Order: sequence, then C-alpha cells, then structure tokens
Amino acid sequence: MFNNNILPTVKISSLSHSFGLGENRRKVLQSVSFEIQPGEVVLLTGPSGCGKTTLLTLIGALRKVEQGNISVFGYDLKNSSRHIRQNIRRNIGMIFQGHNLIRCLTAEQNVQMGADLINNVPYLLRRRQARDWLKVVGLEDHMDKQPHDLSGGQKQRVAIARALAAKPKLLLADEPTAALDSVTGREIVDLLKRLAREQSSSVLMVTHDPRILDVADRLLEMEDGKLFTTIG
Amino acid sequence: MIKSFIYNRKIPLAWLLLTRQPLRLFVALAGICFAGILMFMQLGFRDGLFDASVTVHRLFDTDIVLISPRSMSSISMSGFPRRRLIQSMAHPDVVGVSPVNWNFLLWRNPQNLKTRSILALGFEPNDPLLLEPGFQEKALLLKNKGRVLFDEMSRDEFGPIPEWFRQGKIVEAEVGGNRVRVEGLVSLGPSFGADGNLITSRETFLQLLPNNPPGSIEMGLIRIKPGSDLGQVVESLKYNLPNDVRVLSREEFIDFEKNYWRTSTSIGFIFTLGAAMGFVVGCVIVYQILYSDVSDHLPEYATLMAMGYRLKSLLGVVAREGFILAIMGYIPAYLSAEGLYLLVRNSTNLPVAMDFQRSLIVLFLILFMCMGSAIAAMKRLIDADPADIF
Repeated sequence: MFNNNILPTVKISSLSHSFGLGENRRKVLQSVSFEIQPGEVVLLTGPSGCGKTTLLTLIGALRKVEQGNISVFGYDLKNSSRHIRQNIRRNIGMIFQGHNLIRCLTAEQNVQMGADLINNVPYLLRRRQARDWLKVVGLEDHMDKQPHDLSGGQKQRVAIARALAAKPKLLLADEPTAALDSVTGREIVDLLKRLAREQSSSVLMVTHDPRILDVADRLLEMEDGKLFTTIG
Repeated sequence: MIKSFIYNRKIPLAWLLLTRQPLRLFVALAGICFAGILMFMQLGFRDGLFDASVTVHRLFDTDIVLISPRSMSSISMSGFPRRRLIQSMAHPDVVGVSPVNWNFLLWRNPQNLKTRSILALGFEPNDPLLLEPGFQEKALLLKNKGRVLFDEMSRDEFGPIPEWFRQGKIVEAEVGGNRVRVEGLVSLGPSFGADGNLITSRETFLQLLPNNPPGSIEMGLIRIKPGSDLGQVVESLKYNLPNDVRVLSREEFIDFEKNYWRTSTSIGFIFTLGAAMGFVVGCVIVYQILYSDVSDHLPEYATLMAMGYRLKSLLGVVAREGFILAIMGYIPAYLSAEGLYLLVRNSTNLPVAMDFQRSLIVLFLILFMCMGSAIAAMKRLIDADPADIF
C-alpha cells in the first residue's frame, strides 16, 4: 500500500496549529514546511514548548490538521478518512519518552502487541518475530519479565522492539533518551538508527539532548513554532 | 474454525488486564457471585413457593377437576353439590369419578398438645385419589372409622408422628375435638397454605366436621378414557353442567392454584423485587470495577491507539473483560445456589431446586449486567486521546 519510494515519506507544507480559544488562543506552529525522505534520520530540536511534540502528534495522525498540509506516505492527512488514517498509524512506529509499555504484559508480549498489528501473519510466526526482535535489541534473557522488573534502558529497548515489530515505514520518537543516562542514551539512539537503516524506515526524532545530535542525517531546529535553520 | 482461531490468535489482553490485580478481580467476582446468588435464591424461593402451593395438586389421579366457582384457592375451598359429579358420569368418555372433601382442621400435637391447622382430604377409600404407588392398599385401611393417613413430610410442629408410627407405636391424636388413629403414612409435602396434610375417608371427615352437609364436596376428580380428547370433554362438561361448578383440566387446576399465589398475594412481587435488587447491586459493583480498570489503564489504551489499534478492538477488550467477569462470577454463583437450595430443601421441605430455565435466566441477567457495565465503562475509553500521552 505504501511502497511508492519516489514520494517523500513525510511532506509538510505551511502547517500552522494553535491551541486554546478566544483570547487564550496561542499559535504553536507557524507555517512549518519540510520533507523527510525514505530512510532518512531527522532530528528535531528546540527549547521545550516550541511545538515539537505537537508536530509529532500531527504527523502521527493523532491530531486533526488545522491549517496547511501534511502528507504521509503520499496520503493527505487532512482529507483522509478515519480508516486511512488508522492504516497510516499502523505503519508508523512510536517510541515515547516514558516508553509506555503495557504493564500487565511481559517484554515478549509487549513486542507482540506490535507484531499483532500486521495482518495475515499466523500467531506462531508473530510470536517468533517478537522473540527475534527482542534478541536484536539484546534482551533475549529478559523476555518473560514484566516492565517493572526492567531497567530504564531495557524498557526503552523493548519499546524500540515493539515499534519495529509492526514493520513501520516511519518511526516517530519523542525524546527517547530523556529518562536515560548518557551511556545508555547513546546506545539506544545508535541501536535505533542501525535498525531503522536495516528496515529502511525513516526516523523523526524529537530531542533536546545535545549528546545525540550527531546521529542525524539532517537536523531541524525549531523555536516559537517556526522552523528556522536546517543543518544538512 | 479452530485453525483460524489459532492463526488469528492475539494476546489475551482482557484476561491479562483483569488478572494483573488479583485482589480487585477477587472483589469483582465476589460481587458478581453475590448478586448471582441473590438472584438465584430470590427466584428460587419464588418458584419454589409457587411449586409448593401445588404439591398436592400434582398428585391427584385425575384428568378433569370440578370445583365450586366460589373457591379461590386451596385455602378457601367452597362446597358444591355432589350430584354434579354424578351428572358428569353421563358423558361417555368419563370412566370414573372421586368425590373429595377438602378443608382445614385443627390437629393437636400429641406430644406437646399444641394445636395447628392441617389440611384434611376426605374421599371414598374405594375410589382412586392419589397417583402414589401403593396408595390403594393404604386407602383400604381407612374403611374403619376414625382412621387417618398422615403426611410424613408435614412440618415437625405436628409432632413426631412418622417416627412414632415407624417404631410401631399406636399413634393417636386429636383432630377437631375427635380422636383419630394414624393408620399409615403418605408422602405429599407441605405447601404455602398447609403446613401438613392428612387423608381420611369421607365418613370420618364428616364426623370430624359435623356441620359439613353430607351432599356437598369441595372437589370432584374425573378420569376419562385413555385416548379421548381432553379439551373436548372439558368443553362438553362445561356446556352440560350448571353454573354452580367450574370444570378445569388437571393443568388448569394446577395453574388456578399457582395463579392465586402469583396474583392475589405479594409473594411474586417481593421475590422479584429481591432479585432485581441483586441485579442492581451487581451492576454497580461491576461498573465500578470496570470503570476504575479502564481509568487505570487509560494511558496504556491510548498508547495502543497511537500504535494503530482501532478503538473498536480496544472496546472489544473491555467487552471481553465484562464477559470473563460474567462467566467467572456465574460459575461459583451457580454452585453456591445448588448448595443453598439443598440446604433450603432439607430445612423447609420446600421444593426449591435448580431448574434449567432459571439457570439460563440468571446467566443472562449476569451477562446483561456485566456487558451493560462494560458498555458504560467504554465511555471512559472513548474519551481517551492518544495525543495526550506525549
């Protein structure tokens, strides 16, 4: 469905977004435009409250587009039906700041929740894929542990495995290193980049961790809802 | 089908969410189970009491019953002329009749000399009366005056008659101021109206109730030829007999009695209300549990939505939680109710038993309760916004 490699994975043109009503209305994004090419790793930085996360949720089809346009995998989010937006979401992997694993599931089951999103794959195969992904992120010895028995770095690895298990074409990561120490953070980002490369998925990572900026193919900086520099 | 189930199998999220907090699950199940037991008991008592009101009615060896139109129920039977029963024999399909007297008498407990009202049936010992095997021989013992058959399932307040009789003692008691001798035991069972029963000959009956006109009976049993059309005979008797008798088929006679207790007393209402309260209590408990369960896991549901799970499939998780709760709560409720029914049967002799229809009704009510609560809890889930989790 989304195999067209000529199209940019994400294309944003003059996107504006505001929160609040009446006098309290505040613009968080002001005519933002950029593209992400297939396989590209893009980092988005900026001070907190500058609209990075809002941008991420808009691309992830979790919020309604107000002004401007976003197209993901060639589908215009503003004019797509719910069904198409849901399908787009299935092809986007999400990695959260707080890892957001399901507490009642083991590491393996959490990853399988990602794998379960792929249709027409038998249960046992999905299960094996979940295990394989945990091996890839180096957690083969922790498959049956529940999230509260894992360290912060291990949880984030599980989250990465879960996001990748759904075979996404685009990975959205919201400050994946915020809760981690510098060494672990570095490991996580490198792992994320390597695996995204292997899968040829694009990555858009929001961060204000200056230690990891070098993994980016491209760096976007944002302030007050505007994109102001692009360092290639 | 099994193959496709294995193929499409997913992680049993509903089950894992429920069992994550065993204490909460236990409270939920205890609540549902309690509601279920309450419904089982109330409905069981209701049906049991209605059934108990016709324990004797079911035992009569008859196809058609004549009663007085003024009779309202077994506790207020009026007399009608015995001639009507004789007249009914004119119908070619009628093969036999038994006139029966039916009234309440005061029985004096021979042990502690306390009196209590007992239902007395008077009939001609040569006529068939009850379907019970071996009754015919016992009936012949009543040909002597002053002899009665005592219902061994009567309440204990009438005295230890069955024990004494089995020990071979000569058991005598005072009924309506006359001395009678217990000549045998029958097994009928107490009902709503009557705590105990005794059967005697019409002759003795009239002696015990001397004011009863000899030509008047309270009930006439009519047996018809096997293979003849019951409805037709009933219709023809209705047509041919005067209006001072009412013609009922055996089933109608049983319904007539049940109907009295159902409509003319508050029993049905009280017990149905009890069952409804159980239902409401169950609803509140399940709703509380499911609502707080959904609330607690809201960020996780939102995460799943952000991952691409459809709202529909997450609502399905809540629905499955409701279903699991219903089934897991129903099973112990069913088993406890069986045990409690046994207890009630042993201590009251009321015919309270599990019946298939009631077990289905309660299962349906519990399912309805859990699924309704699940739907109400889903509202919380619909409000979940996946954009909030960032």
